[in-house]
Amino acid sequence: MAEYQKMSNAPVVLTTVDKLVQWGRSNSLWALSYGLACCAIEMMAAGGARYDFDRFGTIFRASPRQSEVMIIAGTLSKKHAEFTRRLYDQIPDPKWVISMGSCANTGGMFNTYSTVQGVDRIIPVDIYVPGCAPRPETFQFALMILQKRIRKEKASRKIAPKRLI
Amino acid sequence: MRKYSDKKNAQLKNYYEDRFYHAPVTKKLSTEGSAFENDHQILSQKFELKNSFIELDFWVIEINKDDNIAILSKLKSLGYEAFNDASAIDFVAQKQGFEVYYQLLNMEKNLRVRVKTFVGLKERLQSVMSVFKGANWCEREIYDMFGIFIINHPNLKRLLMPDDWYGHPFLKSYPLHGDEFAKWYEIDKIFGKEYREVVGEENRDPGFVDEKDTLNFSRIYHEVGKGEAPRENKYLQEYQEESGVPFVKKVKRTQVKILDKRR
Repeated sequence: MAEYQKMSNAPVVLTTVDKLVQWGRSNSLWALSYGLACCAIEMMAAGGARYDFDRFGTIFRASPRQSEVMIIAGTLSKKHAEFTRRLYDQIPDPKWVISMGSCANTGGMFNTYSTVQGVDRIIPVDIYVPGCAPRPETFQFALMILQKRIRKEKASRKIAPKRLI
Repeated sequence: MRKYSDKKNAQLKNYYEDRFYHAPVTKKLSTEGSAFENDHQILSQKFELKNSFIELDFWVIEINKDDNIAILSKLKSLGYEAFNDASAIDFVAQKQGFEVYYQLLNMEKNLRVRVKTFVGLKERLQSVMSVFKGANWCEREIYDMFGIFIINHPNLKRLLMPDDWYGHPFLKSYPLHGDEFAKWYEIDKIFGKEYREVVGEENRDPGFVDEKDTLNFSRIYHEVGKGEAPRENKYLQEYQEESGVPFVKKVKRTQVKILDKRR
């Protein structure tokens, strides 16, 4: 006897296209790994066997063309800012950005001439992960919150262009 | 372990003890009778050495800036074959120039030498690339950070800063937080100057939180979406939404289970 017959349910589940698409999107977030400094080590740990991002469907990609999430992990220098923006522009829509660690959020302790004081000056950020450096669990939670946020969005709606500020 | 110190009069101590670190004045010994004596003899016969002494096991020689290639190649033939470092120190305010140094190592005899020279504000320095290949990046860094022009360098362009950067950051006159150019560098480059008003100035105090700004900040566990009304009650962020996806097992904060040991 099949499971649905035991439960006396019909073998049919009804849902909306929005939910189905966003469920798929939220569970196959491929991330453009963008490790710049010490936070990158925590990001690598999160991708490793102990924390294991693969079970979330999150796989680190070295190419922006196949990615959905850009994870800025570490200190962004002004010399590098242009390339960061270029990589962000190369990611196809829909795309999201996680800013990982104090340096990426606000420049951190590098309050100097050569450090970008927060990546949100050049690309729109969806989730800020605090910490110096954040533990892999923190990063993992941030990713889960992003998944939740993606599931709330409507796939059928036209995506409004994201603005800075 | 920290060194034991008498803490009984810790408050009084502030009055009679200097709280600031002063670099100790190191001894400057003569090269006579040292391992460097022979090398010093050979060099001083051929070149004009302004000064020569031993400081912290380093043989320090001060030379004229035009002799740098000849002296470094002579030192190389004397066994100082490893080029460790070259950089400069800003003495513009005191002496209207820079002190450039080269550090070499004799690996056979385990001896180190520091060659110092003085470059005035509008003077140029000869590249020592013909003697030591390792000087390439060091000289580029000297040019990048201090603006000292190096003659005959094969590729004299900026090393650490972007090519279009304005100013030389290791000058003591250069502000730590950057000037007007550094402040808007990435905005001007990526979006253009007209975008300055949209993005706004850099927030140079990352610890600053404007409590009245409910649009950008909120208390922890009181977060709301941007533009929404502030939340009165505490709210713990759950991973899964209430009307979430079917099939997925619900995880609640109230139903957490802490394992005593790993399974």
